[in-house]
Amino acid sequence: MSFAPFKTLTSRTVVLPQENIDTDQIIPARFLTTTSREGLGKAAFYDWRYDENGQPKNSSVFNRIDPEAQQILVAGSNFGCGSSREHAPWALSDFGFRAVISSDIADIFKSNAQKNGLAPIEIDEPSHRALLETPGAEVTVDLETCLVVFKGGSAPFTMEPFARRCLLDGVDPLGALLNHLPDIEAYEGRL
Amino acid sequence: MTRPTSLFDKLWERHVVVPENDEAPAVLYIDLHLIHEVTSPQAFLVLDARGLKVRRPDLTVATLDHSTPTLPANEDGELPYVTPEAKQQVERLIENCATHGIELLGLDDPRRGIVHVIGPELGLTQPGKTIVCGDSHTSTHGAFGALAFGIGTTEVGHVLATQCVLQRKPKSMRVTFEGELPSGVGAKDMALAMIAQIGADGGQGYAIEFAGPAVRALSMEGRMTLCNMSIESGARFGIIAPDDVTVEWVKGRDFAPTGLEWNEMLADWMQLRSDLGAQFDKEAVIDASTIRPMVTYGVSPDAAAPVDEIAPAPKTDAQRHAADYMKLDAGKPFSCAAVNRVFIGSCTNSRLSDLREAAAVMRGHQVKPGVTVLVVPGSEAVKRAAEDENLHTVFLAAGAQWREPGCSMCIAMNGDVGAPGDLVVSTSNRNFIGRQGKGVRTVLASPATAAASAIEGRIADPRPYVGRLKESA
Ligand code: SF4
Repeated sequence: MSFAPFKTLTSRTVVLPQENIDTDQIIPARFLTTTSREGLGKAAFYDWRYDENGQPKNSSVFNRIDPEAQQILVAGSNFGCGSSREHAPWALSDFGFRAVISSDIADIFKSNAQKNGLAPIEIDEPSHRALLETPGAEVTVDLETCLVVFKGGSAPFTMEPFARRCLLDGVDPLGALLNHLPDIEAYEGRL
Repeated sequence: MTRPTSLFDKLWERHVVVPENDEAPAVLYIDLHLIHEVTSPQAFLVLDARGLKVRRPDLTVATLDHSTPTLPANEDGELPYVTPEAKQQVERLIENCATHGIELLGLDDPRRGIVHVIGPELGLTQPGKTIVCGDSHTSTHGAFGALAFGIGTTEVGHVLATQCVLQRKPKSMRVTFEGELPSGVGAKDMALAMIAQIGADGGQGYAIEFAGPAVRALSMEGRMTLCNMSIESGARFGIIAPDDVTVEWVKGRDFAPTGLEWNEMLADWMQLRSDLGAQFDKEAVIDASTIRPMVTYGVSPDAAAPVDEIAPAPKTDAQRHAADYMKLDAGKPFSCAAVNRVFIGSCTNSRLSDLREAAAVMRGHQVKPGVTVLVVPGSEAVKRAAEDENLHTVFLAAGAQWREPGCSMCIAMNGDVGAPGDLVVSTSNRNFIGRQGKGVRTVLASPATAAASAIEGRIADPRPYVGRLKESA
């Protein structure tokens, strides 16, 4: 698998201030019967976007945004907790997001996102708060310098170096693992 | 003298193919890969697109559990799938397993069941193994002293292709349960009490080792319940050192070692424990004797409190949001909340001991009119064992439904869903908004509490039924 390399992104934000947004919110389980990873954007935050009759909810921020111009999701802490479904980052990417910023992102979601070209960015709480308070603000996520830049400030972040490399290069780590096949064979030989 | 090491570190070291360094995570070898229909199809697509084979089909086992109906087939032998897609997903796994030579415990297999129920049941789950599955509750298998964790679909592909994953070692945490559990209180209550204490992200980035006398006193089933819920605190790993209880469980099961090999394994398993003085990055201590039956009242598993308390008034925005959804009367006892659906099942609480616990409470009682009760055994084997003990007749006589094995209302993707507004007392693991159906409100609890709530038609304390529980034990 490969995806568009992620180097730097300047875009406007969509803000979901709630804490603990779990993967059942990001994509409800009834959409998981798919056997493909394509086209899940329509299911992203489905129950937040649509009412019982499948009509767009006026109250939903998703129905007021321009996915082309707002590619950065800023969310409350512990974003992406819950199930390991990779459908969550697939749905967000397909919807148009390229980065998720929070003060704290759940482990499995983070790992899944990194493998699909969706940059999970964890920043300090004051900067996080500033972004939460300014929905729609223009923000730059620079993965080369590991810096989030916004009006009135900037926040450095760290990312596991290998995952960062994969995002920068736009590759899934399978290739790297396959390069280790001789080591894997040697390990199996020792068992 | 060497530095004392933790059980987790020992298991980790044994499975490192290539150690981690600044640039790259460790390459970690996987001894057992469990797959199911929901998180595997896209991984097989990648494999096929790249012309790769499954490296170790002999270390891979598949089952069908998430999308499968829990109602029986009709006269023509057709299963009532919720959608054609669900059926297609099941068929896709059957095809993929056939193509790649993977053993599938399929629809007609007497060993089929929820992936985290059958692994231990068949003796596939053993101390010392690394076990992964595209499912976050893989932590369940840690109850055996295995290093078990949930992975995403891309990683499912990695394991299929290489039998390895790239992982950085998590930090370590120990949760010690001191003292003895009161009667009527079980492993589910321990798990909810812990999550309430450390928070839904309190275990984030950590591997949790459960220790202490109250953990040692648990049955294997109880230990699995506890490790299963680790992920609800954010911890991908929950682990318990193996002991006699573990060995007794594994012995004689289908895939358990035998003869000389058994003796060798046994000697090794008994070494699997944290050394005295092993250091942990974080510690929590909980007095088990103070734990009461627990229920959740919010939309995150850490919003949990003893069942005989009152629903707390929300203080933060997040709590207000949760309270708006749950509509429990703040300031009133939980027992005032009318329940119209009960689910007893899921990889958290669908084993034989869970069904016994629920049946002991329900025996001789009727489900409150207007309450729908689903009892869904975790596997075909659990179903048979329960029927041998006539537990199903207890449930049926009380007015509950006795279903075919599967995940069912835990994830509610097979058609077993609540209706908007329903208040469900559920023995599953997640009370997220909409988890059990759009607009459905979930209260997590033990099988005993769920059964008591079914009888009373409201959130109910199981302890008045506890004498009966003891009799059944
Ligand atoms: S029972 Fe629930 S948590 Fe367990 S494997 Fe099935 S869906 Fe996942």
